[in-house]
Amino acid sequence: MSSLDKETVRRIAYLSRINVSEEGLSELAGDLTRILDFVEELQEVDVEGCEPLTSVADLTLPLRKDEVTDGNIQQKVLSNAPMTDAGCFVVPKVVE
Amino acid sequence: MTDLTKLTLAEARDGLAKGDYTSVELTEAHLKSMDAHRNLNAYITETPEKAMEMAKASDAKRAKGDAGKMEGLPIAVKDLFCTEGVQTTAASHILEGFKPEYESTVTSNLFGNGAVMLGKANLDEFAMGSSNTSSYYGNVINPWKDKSGKDLVPGGSSGGSAAAVAANMALAATGTDTGGSIRQPASYCGIVGLKPTYGRCSRWGIVAFASSLDQAGPMTKTVRDAAIMLGAMAGHDAKDSTSAPIAVPDFEAALTGDIRGMKIGIPKEYRVDGMPEEISKLWDNGVAMLRDAGAEVVDVTLPHTKYALGTYYIVAPAEASSNLARYDGLRYGQRVMDDGDSLDDMYMKSRAAGFGKEVQRRIMIGTYVLSAGYYDAYYNKALKVRRRIYQDFEGAFGQVDAILTPTAPSAAFAIGENEGDPVKMYLNDVFTVPASLAGLPGISVPTGLSAEGLPLGLQLIGKPFDEETVLRVGGVLESAANFTAKPAGQEG
Repeated sequence: MSSLDKETVRRIAYLSRINVSEEGLSELAGDLTRILDFVEELQEVDVEGCEPLTSVADLTLPLRKDEVTDGNIQQKVLSNAPMTDAGCFVVPKVVE
Repeated sequence: MTDLTKLTLAEARDGLAKGDYTSVELTEAHLKSMDAHRNLNAYITETPEKAMEMAKASDAKRAKGDAGKMEGLPIAVKDLFCTEGVQTTAASHILEGFKPEYESTVTSNLFGNGAVMLGKANLDEFAMGSSNTSSYYGNVINPWKDKSGKDLVPGGSSGGSAAAVAANMALAATGTDTGGSIRQPASYCGIVGLKPTYGRCSRWGIVAFASSLDQAGPMTKTVRDAAIMLGAMAGHDAKDSTSAPIAVPDFEAALTGDIRGMKIGIPKEYRVDGMPEEISKLWDNGVAMLRDAGAEVVDVTLPHTKYALGTYYIVAPAEASSNLARYDGLRYGQRVMDDGDSLDDMYMKSRAAGFGKEVQRRIMIGTYVLSAGYYDAYYNKALKVRRRIYQDFEGAFGQVDAILTPTAPSAAFAIGENEGDPVKMYLNDVFTVPASLAGLPGISVPTGLSAEGLPLGLQLIGKPFDEETVLRVGGVLESAANFTAKPAGQEG
């Protein structure tokens, strides 16, 4: 039984880069604890010698030649950006 | 003249081929029906001009003797498929106004086969939900009513697609299914929904939720329609490394109606505690129908079934937390930022404003189970249990050709019900999630009505890449059940 406290939720919210208000943190602590309780039953399954199943696709990843297959689509890449300048994405200042 | 919106996909295809009507006429009829049913909120974006353009081009193409598998047939596209130049929202505020510069492989295949797009169908935000009540663009209302007449959910996440087909606002629709998002709404709306094998349809250009589970499929009025549409959607795509490099069979040819000697498995673990009597009876009736058609019914065991939901609600949020990291307010989508804000401030404000509650919850659960110190206890453990679930099915399919179960534990419920407790909502997917985790094809076929007069579906699960058996048995179930009920106003 794992109960999440407000500080843990604050940390998860930051890792997720989602702003959460103080009241929101308490509500989320309740919701997330409820979900974790729900998945807790997995702990009782015997998985001795069992490899994790990451994909059901019975494939080895295909290889292709390392060559340029597209490009010259700067306008398309930028067309949905909230802010652009001189053919670049504009971000808040990150270096003082 | 017959009401063109009441045709099945197959009937409309054959009528077009005979010249009984044109794609322009078919498309106009559906656009009118969309106007008349706008209260259901099945579409986020209607594209009537594009539809008419595509219909005219299709009629011209046909006149030259060149007709694809879906030539001239108007369909709805779940708003999770990127469509070139047409707003694609994933029902999220964060993607409001996003106009892809490219076409998803599945829609590209459909349009290449002649299909006409009527609009983009509503869904749960980022396909996370079972009720279509988490869309930023409002709830979808199920065209079916219970005796009280109150508004019911269409199921989710492909709720707009299901409602559009059930209310004759599209001949068929695309859906996507991660844990039941095609099959459960199909059951709630009295239509057919087919989730193909993982890898059958390309995921390229579909807004990603949980990449090891997501799969596109058809939502249609009949099993034959599902066979036709899947044939026009599927195929290997070099742009999706998990897309299977195998040929697409003629799915319609699989509908022989003959299942004599086939073995159908009945998993005892699906008879869950508290299963409503009417669901249990529906299932028993389905068993009897298949037995009467000459199939051999066999008891099978899928011992890890009870752990499927728990596994899913670790694996899917984990993958979602990673996939949804791309919404950063920089490259596309909403940006929220005030003067003097740092990069982190911008990320955090944009994502708080752009994502709804359920999406935020799932991102955070996913972040938690992947974080240092919890990865092994939660995520890795879930992946190991996922293999146990996969092995259960491998064992069962050593004995049987297909497995029959109910699609959902209930009929459609009222809007607002099951809210407030995320886990209660998750229980709707109890019968669909196991096949998703194992990547298996599953179809929901409407076979009966609840005491409240609402549709109920049965699910058939097949072996990997054996959609043909799923469709063949589904076709037999459909004929035997003879489900002819329609929502009020849509009677034939």
